Amino acid sequence: MMRRQSLFLASLLSPVTIYLGIFFIGPLAIIAVFSLLEPGLYGGVVWNFYHWNYGRMFGWADGVIEYYEPIYLKILWRSMMMAMFTVIACLIFVYPVTFWVSHLSQKRQMFFMFLITLPFFTSLIVRLYAWLMILKPSGIINDALLWIGIIDQPLDMIFTRFAVVLGMVYVMIPFMFLPVYASVERLDRSLIEASSDLGARGWQTFLKVILPQTLPGIAGGSVIVFIPSVGNFVIPDVLGGAKGLMIGNLVEQQFLDARNWPFGAALSMVIMTVVLTVMLIYALKIMRAGQNVGAS
Amino acid sequence: MQPILEIRDAVRVFKTPEGGAVRALDGVNLDVDANEFVTLLGPSGCGKTTLLRAIAGFEDLDDGQVRVDGADLRRVPAFRRPVNTVFQSYALFSHMSVARNVAYALEVAGVGKDERTRRAGELLELVGLEGMETRKPSQLSGGQKQRVALARALISQPKILLLDEPLSALDRQLRQQMQVELKNLQDEVGVSFVFVTHDQEEALTMSDRIVVMCDGRIEQTGTPREIYRKPKSRFVANFIGETNMIKVTFDGKGTATSVEGIILKVSEAAPAGRATAVLRPSDLTLSDSKNAPAHAILGKVRQEIYLGAELHYLIEADAGGEYWRVTAKDEGVGFHTGQSVALSYDPDVIHLIEGDA
Repeated sequence: MMRRQSLFLASLLSPVTIYLGIFFIGPLAIIAVFSLLEPGLYGGVVWNFYHWNYGRMFGWADGVIEYYEPIYLKILWRSMMMAMFTVIACLIFVYPVTFWVSHLSQKRQMFFMFLITLPFFTSLIVRLYAWLMILKPSGIINDALLWIGIIDQPLDMIFTRFAVVLGMVYVMIPFMFLPVYASVERLDRSLIEASSDLGARGWQTFLKVILPQTLPGIAGGSVIVFIPSVGNFVIPDVLGGAKGLMIGNLVEQQFLDARNWPFGAALSMVIMTVVLTVMLIYALKIMRAGQNVGAS
Repeated sequence: MQPILEIRDAVRVFKTPEGGAVRALDGVNLDVDANEFVTLLGPSGCGKTTLLRAIAGFEDLDDGQVRVDGADLRRVPAFRRPVNTVFQSYALFSHMSVARNVAYALEVAGVGKDERTRRAGELLELVGLEGMETRKPSQLSGGQKQRVALARALISQPKILLLDEPLSALDRQLRQQMQVELKNLQDEVGVSFVFVTHDQEEALTMSDRIVVMCDGRIEQTGTPREIYRKPKSRFVANFIGETNMIKVTFDGKGTATSVEGIILKVSEAAPAGRATAVLRPSDLTLSDSKNAPAHAILGKVRQEIYLGAELHYLIEADAGGEYWRVTAKDEGVGFHTGQSVALSYDPDVIHLIEGDA
């Protein structure tokens, strides 16, 4: 009996295991190995151990063939800051809305869910070019502001970091909404009543009960938004220009333009390590905070 | 002495999704004295929970007043009311330790940490949970959660403790134990308890006074004995325990005659006219029909149910009408189905509800 059950379980789990084994672990291993190989002259790799790829970022380049440039880590740092702003903006927009939606009738909740997922039905590139139209010097916003007379020169909105964060917030909002909404919906209303019954004012109830109770959703949403934001290259490509360059664009350039695969791979490995570390610390902090938020 | 809680002409109307309106509270008046254990009893939808929530401040009244210690609470928000609630689901804060749950009211009031720890310890001792301070609610049993909820609601020394069916989630044995404990706790802390339940046994066990509610109105208020023995309406008689209700015509001088012609001797004074006679199953005595006492009702056993300490019988009177329910102690000599029996009673225990309904 046991045996048949475990066989059945294995047959259910093996497709995904094999799939991920080949198509996730495999490429990851290739990237890890490539990051320690010598770049080929016209792309590809030469099978020699070569640590300068990392040296270029961290400062032990020989200064003859490979040059140390602090700009790579700077861009990584900047990308993480932009991703963080994206997370914060998404949270600020989404959190109040989830409470509102969770009070709607079942039917309206379903309708709202449909609205939230509506953008997925159109191509991302098309939507980003729409933003381009909105933000460019002769775009809708500038035209309107010029016409009203608030400004007499078009604002530089497009090809800035601001434009990139704006675009990322726009794209990521549904990913923040779903986990936060799930935790807000689960929130037991009698906890709020109990808190106010015991003498807590609105803000005390929010800080001591509502926030900690919904923290798992906030943490989940933040992680889901942060990770793809850090490494994003499509949105900065369209909206960012030279000033809004992110680490993802750098990786893309190394593989496609500079044809320096090992350096691109090394960049990827660094991004992955840093992001994983940050997320791990964040998750641990949130878990601990969940128990102590508002405690004095 | 002034009552601690006064409710005057409370009205609360809910709109239904179909566009109708339900009067959840339809002119409720109630006084609760200091130190009193009052139970709001009624079927679901009778308005008892709405009344409790109106006292707590979670529900606004459309009309009427809630006064605590003489002060009108109309514009007083829930967090400033001198009442605390024990919720049906306990509503413990799962992210906090037991001690922090219990001390929550002090925490939000800005009481210092040492004082909070000391008071939480006292309250936990009161409810018998010493040493559980650092546990999480998820590590507690149902009964323990119940006690934490009680301690939490009592720590700020409310004038009234409101309890919203707090025992309904517990199993029968624990429930009976908690009933006794709750009553003892109330004596000890000297706070008025307003307890909501739909369980008549629970109400009879704990209350100083029972308020029976139906359709947003109070049907009857009285001690458990009054409610049980002298119900004012068929609804109350039916809701509180099993009962025999016989439609009779009373002559005003001690004799009531049922539609079927059964004659009942009644000691209670009541005006002549139509009435309903109420007789509890345990007030009836079964005997063999051969040596039937005077004024006995003759009939046949139609069903017997053995329940251990008790036996339940259904008796069909020879004159007809509804079957009579009789409860007897198991004393070895039972009556069997089909046997002719006599039902006798003490005329003192028959209660008459005036009117047709």
